[in-house]
Amino acid sequence: MRKPFVVLTAALVAVSAACAPGSGGGKPKTPAPGAVGTDVAKAGPVTLTVWDQEVLGGQNEQMQRLNAAFHAKYPNVTIKRVSRSFSDLEKTLRLALSGGNPPDVVEANQGYGIMAALVKAGALMPLDPYEQAYGFRKRFPAGLTQLNSVSAGGKAIGSGSLYGVAMTGEAVGIYYNTDKLAKLGLKPPATWAEFEQDLATAKGRGETPIYLANLEKFPGIHEFGVLLGQTTGKDKLRDLVFGRGGAWTDPSVVQAAQKLADWAKKGYFPAGVNAAKYNDSPAPFAKGDGVFLIGGPWFAADLQKKMGDKVRYILPPPAQAGGAPAATLGGPGLPLAITARSKHPDVAAAYLNFMTGPQAMDVVTQTGGLAALPPPSAQPTSAVGRDLAAAWKTASDKDILVPYLDYSTTTFLDTLGGVLQEIIAGRRTARQGMQDAQRDYAAFLAKR
Amino acid sequence: MKPPATRTRPAADRTQGRPAGARPPGEPRRVAYLYVLPALLVYAAFLLWPLLHGAYLSLFHWDGLSVGTWAGLGNYTQAISDPHLRGTFWHAAVLVFFYAVLPCCIAFLLVAVMSRSRPRGLTFFRTVLFLPQVVAMVAVAVAWQWIYSEHGPVNGTLRLVGLGGLARGWLGDFTWALPSVGLIGTWAEIGLAMVLFLAGVQKIPRELYEAARVDGAGAVREFFAVTLPGLRRELSVALTLTIIAALRNFDLIYLTTGGGPGDATRVPAYEVYNRTFNTGEVGLACAIGIMIAVVVFAVTAGVGRLVEGRS
Repeated sequence: MRKPFVVLTAALVAVSAACAPGSGGGKPKTPAPGAVGTDVAKAGPVTLTVWDQEVLGGQNEQMQRLNAAFHAKYPNVTIKRVSRSFSDLEKTLRLALSGGNPPDVVEANQGYGIMAALVKAGALMPLDPYEQAYGFRKRFPAGLTQLNSVSAGGKAIGSGSLYGVAMTGEAVGIYYNTDKLAKLGLKPPATWAEFEQDLATAKGRGETPIYLANLEKFPGIHEFGVLLGQTTGKDKLRDLVFGRGGAWTDPSVVQAAQKLADWAKKGYFPAGVNAAKYNDSPAPFAKGDGVFLIGGPWFAADLQKKMGDKVRYILPPPAQAGGAPAATLGGPGLPLAITARSKHPDVAAAYLNFMTGPQAMDVVTQTGGLAALPPPSAQPTSAVGRDLAAAWKTASDKDILVPYLDYSTTTFLDTLGGVLQEIIAGRRTARQGMQDAQRDYAAFLAKR
Repeated sequence: MKPPATRTRPAADRTQGRPAGARPPGEPRRVAYLYVLPALLVYAAFLLWPLLHGAYLSLFHWDGLSVGTWAGLGNYTQAISDPHLRGTFWHAAVLVFFYAVLPCCIAFLLVAVMSRSRPRGLTFFRTVLFLPQVVAMVAVAVAWQWIYSEHGPVNGTLRLVGLGGLARGWLGDFTWALPSVGLIGTWAEIGLAMVLFLAGVQKIPRELYEAARVDGAGAVREFFAVTLPGLRRELSVALTLTIIAALRNFDLIYLTTGGGPGDATRVPAYEVYNRTFNTGEVGLACAIGIMIAVVVFAVTAGVGRLVEGRS
């Protein structure tokens, strides 16, 4: 009984060792620039499969309206939409794209974890051949295309071919509760010094200065990023995240971490900051726990529903009143990308062009999203929506956005997030924490 | 003590008075494999094959997408030498205490009390204590998250009795997060251990208790002399089930803390998920998975040997 089993195992191992995992399936080809077609009507009946994660709030309606509009424009194209939540989509993407029948267009998150890994595996098609026809690069500010670019072989993000275009934008800024500010006799801060003064005033009057729920580790990265924007210039930060130079132990970086530690020590964050769930943040903030809340557009719809016009939003204030705005975290939303094995790349490219065109920007705005490009006619209806749109325009025009810090390495979300939790809890000093982060970063760069 | 009865009689005894070559009754026949085949096929397809394939993948550096490169035992050495990953196994050991040792001790105490005096409403208590086993882990996690939260009942009670200084966000505290998660496991596993022990106690002959009492044994003495030896098999089953539950614990960690704060509640099973889906280290994840399987096999065998005296 035992012997056949051993033989069988040996045979299986021998057979399977012959092929490394992931070696199945041929390498797809990228079309030459001259060979691309832009006449969708001529393509005949086509079914375009699109995977997106636009399921929250008005996003679902946004996609439905735009897909219907594309079908109305090109009746020969039927769009088969598969929508999943963000984390479900990102986790099934690898399997779907390595399978035999991949979707044509997918929303692939930026960074080494998804987009660069897909490029490395040859699963995404560069948009370069369509540049002449659609001008994807010219459409967006340089800071935004950088984030959707990956160098050959998936080695580095931030340069190389463009692989995706986003319909929406994100900038991490500061929400404030207008009632609380009025009660404290404060105006929205015009400079960073004023902001810090406001935090001290709020604390002195028994308020929670900044609401933060940091159970999941990543939220603290937003606070840290805003602080880094004050101590470190945008170019240096971009170099750091894209692995082009600098270290997490550089003085200006440690200085920002030290500021975070000081804030925590002074009690600027609520008690139990590391134990509260991030997605629940709007509820306590709307109830008055916290004068300020640091975050991106993803909070806006919920806050607006709960607080009406009592919630407003600003970019992190500059060092001097009216001066150049400080750098902050943000960038394009999830980008739409074309899969390398799509049977209809020309139609898919036309779809990307449509989804980032003027009509799409209007629809995004009408359904409550923050459009990546200025919408030609639609305007946000709420005060906080208008704040966000104005902030996004400033951020794009002045090119102040720095990628999310966790794009630095595949494990950085855990490493840096965990370090920031320790710094907030006072278990490690700013310098010790940044040394831990640097160790992960250096190991990743050495391997790359 | 009697020597253990031998299962088979000596061969000479069996073949006596039979023509050579004929099979004695009860001797296995080859056709038996045919009977086993359907179940074996299902088992092989859904358990053995994935296990082997996992072991095979653990020998590669593979991101789940591009072509993997041969790693040999590199993933295993990494899992052992990386202090973060090694820490997860230590956390698992702590959870074994909370999932297996503690519930069994508490269940013994409950059973000892119940076997001496039959409290009223025994069925009711039994049902209530078993209930955590029935409730879905997601509901358990969400409920306990609230219980442990800054404004939850644990802190509320502490503040009520003047111990407000001890109040904290338990799941976000570096020291207390792991014990807090562990106690959820204790709460969930007590019922299982208790139901097993209660069933076992009913098998112990009353005469043994009476004899012990006649000999003047007190409650403690009676427990160690009669109840505990009589429950060896049940204890073995309970320990095996709860230890496995502790070692493969993923859902509770994923739902309550996500491994945080920092690395405080990282466990191997969580890392299997994390390395596969978040960081794209499929080979390493498989290596950790295989290591969990080996540890579970070893512990199961060890429990059988130590508690039941099997060899």
